[in-house]
Amino acid sequence: MPKKPLNDVMITGEQSYASLDEAVGSMVLNQKRHKLPWYAMFLLGFSGVNVLGAAVTWLLYQGIGIWGNNWPTMWSFDIVNFVWWIGIGHAGTLISAILLLLRQQWRNSINRFAEAMTIFAVMCAGMYPLLHTGRPWVAAYWLLPYPNIMGVWPQFRSPLMWDVFAVSTYLTVSLLFWFMGLIPDFATLRDKSTNKVGRIILAIASMGWRGSNQHWHRYEQAYLLLAGLSTPLVLSVHTIVSFDFAASIVPGWNVTVFPPYFVAGAVFAGFAMVMLFAIPMRAMYNLKDLITDRHLDWMAKITLATGLIVAYGYMLEVFYAWYSANPYEFELLVYRRFTGPYAWAYWMLIACNVVIPQMFWAPVFRRNIFSLLFVSSAVTVGMWLERFVIIPMSLMNSYIPSANQPYYPTVWDFAMFGGTIGFFIMMMFLFIRFMPVINIFEMKVLLHDLMSKPPARTLPAEVPVGAGE
Amino acid sequence: MSHGHGAPEPVKPYGIVAEFDSAEQLVAAAEAAKVSGYRKMDAYSPFPIHELSDAIGFKDVKVPWIVLAGGLVGATLGYTLEWYTSVIDYPLNVGGKPLNSLPAFFPVMFEATILFAAIGAFVGMLALNGLPRPYHSIFNTPGFQRASQDRFYLCIESDDPNYDSSETKAFLITLSPISVAEVPK
Repeated sequence: MPKKPLNDVMITGEQSYASLDEAVGSMVLNQKRHKLPWYAMFLLGFSGVNVLGAAVTWLLYQGIGIWGNNWPTMWSFDIVNFVWWIGIGHAGTLISAILLLLRQQWRNSINRFAEAMTIFAVMCAGMYPLLHTGRPWVAAYWLLPYPNIMGVWPQFRSPLMWDVFAVSTYLTVSLLFWFMGLIPDFATLRDKSTNKVGRIILAIASMGWRGSNQHWHRYEQAYLLLAGLSTPLVLSVHTIVSFDFAASIVPGWNVTVFPPYFVAGAVFAGFAMVMLFAIPMRAMYNLKDLITDRHLDWMAKITLATGLIVAYGYMLEVFYAWYSANPYEFELLVYRRFTGPYAWAYWMLIACNVVIPQMFWAPVFRRNIFSLLFVSSAVTVGMWLERFVIIPMSLMNSYIPSANQPYYPTVWDFAMFGGTIGFFIMMMFLFIRFMPVINIFEMKVLLHDLMSKPPARTLPAEVPVGAGE
Repeated sequence: MSHGHGAPEPVKPYGIVAEFDSAEQLVAAAEAAKVSGYRKMDAYSPFPIHELSDAIGFKDVKVPWIVLAGGLVGATLGYTLEWYTSVIDYPLNVGGKPLNSLPAFFPVMFEATILFAAIGAFVGMLALNGLPRPYHSIFNTPGFQRASQDRFYLCIESDDPNYDSSETKAFLITLSPISVAEVPK
């Protein structure tokens, strides 16, 4: 195949099918491409996993008294981190499913590792509800409907029960979607591999994929249907997570805006995390031709848009505290959010999630990696603070003033939180090393489309970001 | 394995495979083969090509039906589980709500629908494609590694009624492929 330059920003440089295979495949097949930064990040993640192990061991031995949770703040870091991680996962499904249905072809180069992010983030999230029961092996009958000797069943009218089904379905469907996307790429790597053991492992992973037209025909049908199923699924997951709060009578939680505001917040946090990963990764592995500045620009725009929805949610919370004429709602807002010992958390959240993302209105900030990293980090911190503001700060004061008690996290709260971050980093870097981090066959579809009809695909004048690289 | 007498029957090859350089050539070749009356054939490419199924004349809509069935099974199972546990086996009065609290049962029904439909899509696709399958005759094609990288193959199988080893080969050569090879079983 002759190489010819592509004047489109979704793929830059002179590319052919073989060069795409090489750019992505060599990250798996040529292990020498992984240099010091990889080992440094792996070590960082692995240290975190050790901290996680220690935190969980001590938790299981001693019980959840080691955390800062108290009465009335029964939920704090455990649920804060659960919601934060689940939210981060949502961008992966949005990119892989919703943007596929909307025919946004720029998703092709970022969907694979965003999906990996989803899976690892949901794994991190899942640890919290299991472990916050204190003794997960005893708690199984609350969560899973299995016939047991006590003759009791879970309470299906409870949003917590819906949550169990939503999150476990989400993890399963995300895994299926991810693995299905990987099958043809494993076949490509199998055929490129020169190492016998590697070839056998890849042959097993690819399930004997032959790339026949019949395969592709059914594959495309199934892939599109999975995308169609994942779209309502991802919306339902964070909606149901928000029901955990919205269906209660706790001031600050009982708000109808929660479902859309949580879903937008999830996508907001998720895109920030995708950028935090994509920017260093494309620099480390020289993938700037496949993940171009234009991709970052698009992601920044989605971050801005979802950030505005989140800002609208904050406005409505304030409005509702006044308009509901509920004194408890008003007390929460004025004495525990605007002022009070944790007021800094609320104002920092407004700064991180509402003020700082407005930088993305200016194209210059959407195209500079330092401003992208700065805003993404701010959003990641801000979204964590949002959950912190919503959960422990709403619970600290109860309807009975004698129960009011301040909440302070302990070192074990932070150890477990840091530990899950370490787990996430370790899994992401193992993924980068052992699986194709960009969807090779979808990039070939994109390249084929770009080469067969270049004039129709030229984008408006703003485009030439990164085109000259 | 025949341990019989006389000359063994000549083993039929799997088919004749032509190798092409681009997706467009492959689609054109598949169309030409269909016009010439070949029916038992398949094409191999590194990525899905939308026009190819029409060109070959391959139609299949089983996967969507499996997904629909999966969704219906999921919805039924989800609701049955909730109804049986909450109404029959463990009736518990919660705030005076009816035992069969249908609106509260929807989220779990919904998730079960999605779960079973998604499993249907995944398992249905693999099962209809006959995967996992470690060995297939098409892998005997010389240089077939490139079918998953940057080459496009059209195979006319020996089961085709019009198949004739020399005529089919001559026909494929007229399509100006890079190479043509007879592939053993």
